[in-house]
Amino acid sequence: MHLDHPVTAPQRHTYGAEPFHADGSRRALRVGLGGPVGSGKTATVAALCRALRTQLSIAVVTNDIYTREDAAFLRREAVLPPERITAVETGACPHTAIRDDISANLEAVEQLEESLPALDLILVESGGDNLTATFSRGLVDTQIFVIDVSSGDDIPRKGGPGITTADLLIVNKTDLAPYVGADLNTMATDAHKQRGDLPVVFTSLTAPDGIGQVAAWITGRLTAWQAGATS
Amino acid sequence: MSRAALLVLADGRFPAGGHAHSGGVEAAVAAGTVRDPASLEAFCRGRLHTTGLTGAGLAAAAATGYDALALDEAADARTPAPALRRVARRLGRQMMRAARATWPSDGLDRLAHDRPQGAHQPVVLGAAARSAGLAPLEAAHAAAYEGVGGPATAAVRLLSLDPFHATAVLARLAGDLDHIADRAASAAARVAAEGTGVLPAASAPLLDLAAEQHAAWPVRLFAS
Repeated sequence: MHLDHPVTAPQRHTYGAEPFHADGSRRALRVGLGGPVGSGKTATVAALCRALRTQLSIAVVTNDIYTREDAAFLRREAVLPPERITAVETGACPHTAIRDDISANLEAVEQLEESLPALDLILVESGGDNLTATFSRGLVDTQIFVIDVSSGDDIPRKGGPGITTADLLIVNKTDLAPYVGADLNTMATDAHKQRGDLPVVFTSLTAPDGIGQVAAWITGRLTAWQAGATS
Repeated sequence: MSRAALLVLADGRFPAGGHAHSGGVEAAVAAGTVRDPASLEAFCRGRLHTTGLTGAGLAAAAATGYDALALDEAADARTPAPALRRVARRLGRQMMRAARATWPSDGLDRLAHDRPQGAHQPVVLGAAARSAGLAPLEAAHAAAYEGVGGPATAAVRLLSLDPFHATAVLARLAGDLDHIADRAASAAARVAAEGTGVLPAASAPLLDLAAEQHAAWPVRLFAS
């Protein structure tokens, strides 16, 4: 808990992940989504926005590696009004921007919070990266790692910080499993070996309510966050 | 004075947002003017003696404890390109965040309060140096080095240059860096008595023009 007067030093604690605004209210839950290129992070973000936007006030920060394509996609798909979507440029290093030097992403998150009062949820989507990409706890409160069946069903076995430590692991594109010879049971077994009790969900975003389990997980985290129960 | 604090501040890993910026090298690579270690060295030397000197002067003056808001105005006057003003303020904001977390001080709090959208980065860098107990000359060194270190790293990524060659470019610029830092600190020492007009105001018109064009590119690796 900080002691600064909010009028004399309003930005005093904006460099960290303080859970409260200067006025004492709880800020939006920040959820990071990371994972390899093409695993379906942007599609997951779009599906989450569609599923939750009527009940929650949501904003999105995208981290593109050399374009602003992900933000443009989300705007084009009109999953949220354009003022709720911000793109951060990462200078060829997506993991640096979410882990080692989070300052640009924090700026983006805070600007959204300032311009959109009463936000419930901010989704921070990493640029496509490798299996070691994780978000700093200074940037997000909880993180999701997205992989997909078509990149090989040995990915959960290979592990790496994203697979083993993310608060939720999504194995996406299960509808493609028969076509790429991926064994979902093996993936599930390996994932649980790597992750212990941490949750894993299998998704197919082409199915009706394919995002349902993920949306429910986020809603649960948000409820706990708003009640002050999460760390 | 802590030499170690200078190393922390000048470290490329200092989390103040610099990694996403190329210092104009991305535009120069696209224009074909930077293509190998020799042309990278020429680019860095030019940048160091123009905007590098100007930034180092502002940083050194801020490290003397001179009025940061007056220095921020002086920085605006020395930064004609709107794209570069935006970048300087955004990076100033990011530097402020990192500096307040690493070397908290009333001076930094005051500047953050007075410029919530960010003061120019060299001014914040100088204020951070002061907060870290560094002298104006050391602030000038940090600013000058950052002005060439960023472009050299970016060139490695953009051109797949041999990283040893790029680092050798920086090593060859060491004498120039010392000289620029000295000039910047000498000018800064006069600011209290003579005002901000004595600070260097060298600029590089091609960097200004290229920065405006680069800001409009739809596809780019670096933010500037």
